[in-house]
Amino acid sequence: MTDSIPVRGTAVIDTEACKGCDLCIDACKPDVLVMTTDRTNTRGYRFPELLAGCTACRACADVCPDFCFQVHRFETPRQWNGAWS
Amino acid sequence: MTNRPDDLRVVPGEVPDDATLVADFTPTLVDVGAHHLCPGCGEPVAIRAVMDALALLDLADRCVAVFGIGCSTAFSNNLDVEVLQALHGRAPSVATGVARMRPELAVFTIQGDGDMANEGLQEVLHAAARGERIVCIMLNNGVFGETGGHLTVTTTVGQRTKNTLEGRDPAQHGHPMQIAELVAGLQGVAYVARGAVNDAGNVARTKRMIVDAFTVARQGLGFALVEVLTMCPTGWFVPTDEAPAYLADTIASTHRVGVLRSELP
Repeated sequence: MTDSIPVRGTAVIDTEACKGCDLCIDACKPDVLVMTTDRTNTRGYRFPELLAGCTACRACADVCPDFCFQVHRFETPRQWNGAWS
Repeated sequence: MTNRPDDLRVVPGEVPDDATLVADFTPTLVDVGAHHLCPGCGEPVAIRAVMDALALLDLADRCVAVFGIGCSTAFSNNLDVEVLQALHGRAPSVATGVARMRPELAVFTIQGDGDMANEGLQEVLHAAARGERIVCIMLNNGVFGETGGHLTVTTTVGQRTKNTLEGRDPAQHGHPMQIAELVAGLQGVAYVARGAVNDAGNVARTKRMIVDAFTVARQGLGFALVEVLTMCPTGWFVPTDEAPAYLADTIASTHRVGVLRSELP
């Protein structure tokens, strides 16, 4: 329905460092992290992927035991539609 | 959530130039983020909170960590602070020696509940009663994680461990000991608090407790203890994503989170 959603931040995820514990999924208040179901990293763990809508609250980075998240905040909300606008 | 197509995924690594970095991969004073602790372990998060507190108080170059024996010991080599390794449960005594010879340093211990409460309870109680100017951090998950996940003295009633498979039964295994309450009752103690790392709010709260503990010890007011409840999904026999709720429902109902004693002016 919506092609673009205003977002206030983004997270870069070190998927290779992830051990698939799922803690970030519940910690994410905007509910924009989803675990892969059909892909794993080279160590065999599922890992989270980011959907559009991040608020840069950094809850994922705060609870991650493996320090997989780098969180960036935007000064003004942006649109994601395959690329940042 | 309902109007967000699932294929609208942000490309990993793609960040606009004008974005502000608010959290990085490698935390402050943690040299190497990679470790061999189990998925969902709470200990790296707790130790990062300690490192953040040290950075906040600008103590990184003036501190000595004394580690006990446990899973957390494996993380000591990842830290960018001076580390001493003590024998089982003896970290408060080693820290006492360091703090007395080098009073200008912030000296603290990082121990698990098995290390502090089972193997060396007398060490921490005597250090507390003497009012040593050290900070003891106890990472409490209710199991001896490193040696297989068996019962410790802080294991809560009903909690499953490797040797209480039906849950801890007070008639057979005794009652759990509440270390923070025990230490808080001693003279010479200036700060006692219990935090947790089961959600982002508790992580922030725990960090403030650790900052207060170091502040009290640096001011020479006395002994400080911060107990941090951490997840051990492997030892608890629970899935990693259910461990934070298990901590809140089961562990924290016996070991209440909060500040128990504070002489902070």
